Amino acid sequence: MKAITEFLRGLGEATFFLFAVLAALPGALLRPRLLVQQLYMIGMLSLIIIAISGSFIGMVLALQGYRTLATFGAASSLGLVVAFSVIRELGPVVTALLYAGRAGSSLAAEIGLMKATDQLSAMEMMAVDPIKRVIAPRFLAGVIAMPLLASIFALMAIGVAGGHLIGVELLGVDVVSYWNQIKSSLHPQDIFESLIKSLVFGVAVNWIALYQGYFAAPTSEGVSRATTSTVVVSSLAILALDFVLTAFMFR
Amino acid sequence: MQSRALEVLVGFFVCLGVAAIFVLTFRVASSDTVSGGKNNYQVTAKFDTIGNLSSGASVKIAGVRIGRVRGISIDPTTFQAVATLEISGDHANIPEDSTAKILTAGLLGEQYVGLEPGGDDKSLKQGDEIKFTQSAFVLENLIGQFLTSMTQKDSTPKSAQGSTQNQNTATPPAPAPKSK
Repeated sequence: MKAITEFLRGLGEATFFLFAVLAALPGALLRPRLLVQQLYMIGMLSLIIIAISGSFIGMVLALQGYRTLATFGAASSLGLVVAFSVIRELGPVVTALLYAGRAGSSLAAEIGLMKATDQLSAMEMMAVDPIKRVIAPRFLAGVIAMPLLASIFALMAIGVAGGHLIGVELLGVDVVSYWNQIKSSLHPQDIFESLIKSLVFGVAVNWIALYQGYFAAPTSEGVSRATTSTVVVSSLAILALDFVLTAFMFR
Repeated sequence: MQSRALEVLVGFFVCLGVAAIFVLTFRVASSDTVSGGKNNYQVTAKFDTIGNLSSGASVKIAGVRIGRVRGISIDPTTFQAVATLEISGDHANIPEDSTAKILTAGLLGEQYVGLEPGGDDKSLKQGDEIKFTQSAFVLENLIGQFLTSMTQKDSTPKSAQGSTQNQNTATPPAPAPKSK
């Protein structure tokens, strides 16, 4: 019973935290230098892992898809399989999971350490709102970065170094049919829905990461627990939201 | 930040909201728009063979889904397959002399029951039986018929030998072994 009330209390605390962050967002837009700095830390530094994972996932999809399609004589539809799987599901979801592991945990640890070393209380004593100065720029930067990272993931997986490389160079799928199939069957609607998914995932992961950091217990154990909780709760939230969004979007 | 009781209350509301979203998602994701209607009625139809028809398959008129197959059983006296069809209450004026056929959706698709309306004034009601049915299409029988008709055409001039030849070739080739 106590655990349930604790859980509900945490949920309520997180909701109030989200309202405070959203209220501070317009102020964050007026501080572009903070925003750009955070975009670099969160977005740019995640680029390598997202791009490389994108390539590998595209390559695996091409290999697996080619084998199955070849038994039906439909090997030239490889582009379709890779593009649809990546744009609809794997792009947003895998990017969000990797982002939660890399950027989410780093955000939680950074904010948690700020809390443990009393930097946040020092700011409050100087009449600087830590939510406006520290949290809101990170939240906005994360929400902007997520769809961009998901698009780069999809780009690497379908074209550049993923499906195209393996399908066309290694397996011998015709390059023109690979791309023509994608062009004729993929509608702007699909790409739009994929961006919506990554936006929702971005809001969820950043909210969870910043909340865990801000309300971490101010000890070293508290910071480590905040980091693990971020990754675990973010991953579950991403997969649950993916189910809900897919049910509504792809009927 | 806020009072503890307020936080618990807000958390509770957020939980309710999330649960409501999940219920809505399950409703939206399931494509079963027919089941549970108050005015749905059930009719039966007997077929010689139902092929791959299974419970939950659609019942369609002119390609539009109006119901589902709820149950499949065997008539103990005639050994025909009896399919119970649940039809949506929105379509309560299907003539009693309609024909029920088992058709395939597309070339490799699943099988469904198609109803072709007849001309009777009286409509199907709960518990009625559709009298005119056409069974599912069995590939092996069709190949057998085709081969039989081919060999019959070849052997009509030689009547004495023809009859024995016909008997030998009249049995259709054995169907492909079931286990793979």
